[in-house]
Amino acid sequence: MREVAIVAAGMTRFGELWQSSLRDLFVEAASEALRNAGTDRLDAIYVGNMSGGQFVGQEHLGPLMADHLGMAGVASTRVESACASGGVALRTAVLEVASGMSDLVLAAGVEKMNDGVDVTNVLATAADQETEVYHGITFPGLYAMIARAHMKAYGTTEEDLAAVSVKNHRHGALNPKAQFQTEVTPEQVMQSSMVAEPLRLLHCSPVSDGAAAVLVCSLERAREFTDKPVKIRGSGLATASMALADRPDPAFLDAVSLAASRAYKAAGIGPADVQVAEVHDCFTIAELCAIEALCLTERGAAGEATRAGETALGGRVPINTSGGLKSKGHPVGATGVAQAIEIVEQLRGEAGDRQVEGASLGLCQNMGGSGASSVVHILERV
Amino acid sequence: MPSPRYWREIPNRYRLEARRCGSCSRVVFPARRICPGCGGSEFETIALSHRGTVVTSTVVHVAPAEFLMEAPYAIAVVETPEGARLMVQVTDCDPAEVEPGTAVDLEFRKIRREGNGGILCYGYKGVPAG
Repeated sequence: MREVAIVAAGMTRFGELWQSSLRDLFVEAASEALRNAGTDRLDAIYVGNMSGGQFVGQEHLGPLMADHLGMAGVASTRVESACASGGVALRTAVLEVASGMSDLVLAAGVEKMNDGVDVTNVLATAADQETEVYHGITFPGLYAMIARAHMKAYGTTEEDLAAVSVKNHRHGALNPKAQFQTEVTPEQVMQSSMVAEPLRLLHCSPVSDGAAAVLVCSLERAREFTDKPVKIRGSGLATASMALADRPDPAFLDAVSLAASRAYKAAGIGPADVQVAEVHDCFTIAELCAIEALCLTERGAAGEATRAGETALGGRVPINTSGGLKSKGHPVGATGVAQAIEIVEQLRGEAGDRQVEGASLGLCQNMGGSGASSVVHILERV
Repeated sequence: MPSPRYWREIPNRYRLEARRCGSCSRVVFPARRICPGCGGSEFETIALSHRGTVVTSTVVHVAPAEFLMEAPYAIAVVETPEGARLMVQVTDCDPAEVEPGTAVDLEFRKIRREGNGGILCYGYKGVPAG
């Protein structure tokens, strides 16, 4: 297998982007990535997208996006793994370049969620329709059950959960691409309206439009496109039981743990080497469970670590310097690629006010459904 | 839900039919073709007990369209004495009382009304044990 690098990135702002369609968003992000690499040629395109068919009635995104990028003819495929679609699109591009099949591949993610559909119902299609959705559960409801199990097992509190939201909004306030560039207080979080107990509105990532794109290239050719390639040291993908009821411990994300151990092994590093990470905080509890499964904190200790500031900018291992899904926004198919872009900016020293000084190794973790799929990438400055 | 799909799910929705793996004795609900524990494919059909204990739970305040009139409602993962776990609403009580460890009985109830035709869909819900 060949070594692989990210050589360029492009990204729309995340938010309620009423003037942009699904294809507009994709073309904006992809064009910026191509412009940054100074190329107009690609070997292949992977489009991460959860549910164009249900959000805007549009499937068959591979050719649609290639066509609108002015690249009809190029191999182009849509990749789906619910909210992990972007991360899996990146992984697919990495595998294609690593195999020697292609030299330069675009990995992009895109979602248009604000076009008038019932978002709750569309997102619920990532849960088990027969055993979960039938009974009236929602996505926040599934994570609320994970939260309650975590509270029962480890004594995690609502204050711990609120601390995740407060931290990520503080980071997001420094990110010009974020949907919410505003800080929130613990009181605001804990007094926001109830969605599914114990999760309130300010524990939940928003409904967002947006796209993100990176160019993946063989490391040997990377300098043709950039002075600052970022190497993909490891990639891990894993699955777990689809339904929450079938997981041995509902407070633990098995797929994240498995994907992480595969990525750590591929990279030849351990959790203690990670200097900055983007994790899938679709709900505040998801960040706590993710950093435990990634072994960035002890099991059951993520809430305390968050309240102690260990995961904030300036802390032991800053988590979600972009603002995370909570503050930056969560256009589901785009999220995995946007996470990689934040780590690329950190490792290039281009993260501005959010910069983690001297970061040379970072991780991103993207997750589908209530944790039934997860993909982890480890990136390194070269 | 199209009627063939609803019809296919009647054994688990109406009768709480589960399967016990012939190799490792694990109980799966609803039925599957392959045991997630050992990969076995020989099963015996069993009916789950109509009672269990809450493993984890929530109270849904922002509900899907079909359940809007019922919110807020409690929903839980319940483990039966056979070791099967299923997600059910828990009703006939204050939703705030449904917590990990709460004992429930499982009763046959209307679950939802679907589509313009208002087709009634049934299944099991938890109620306080008594």
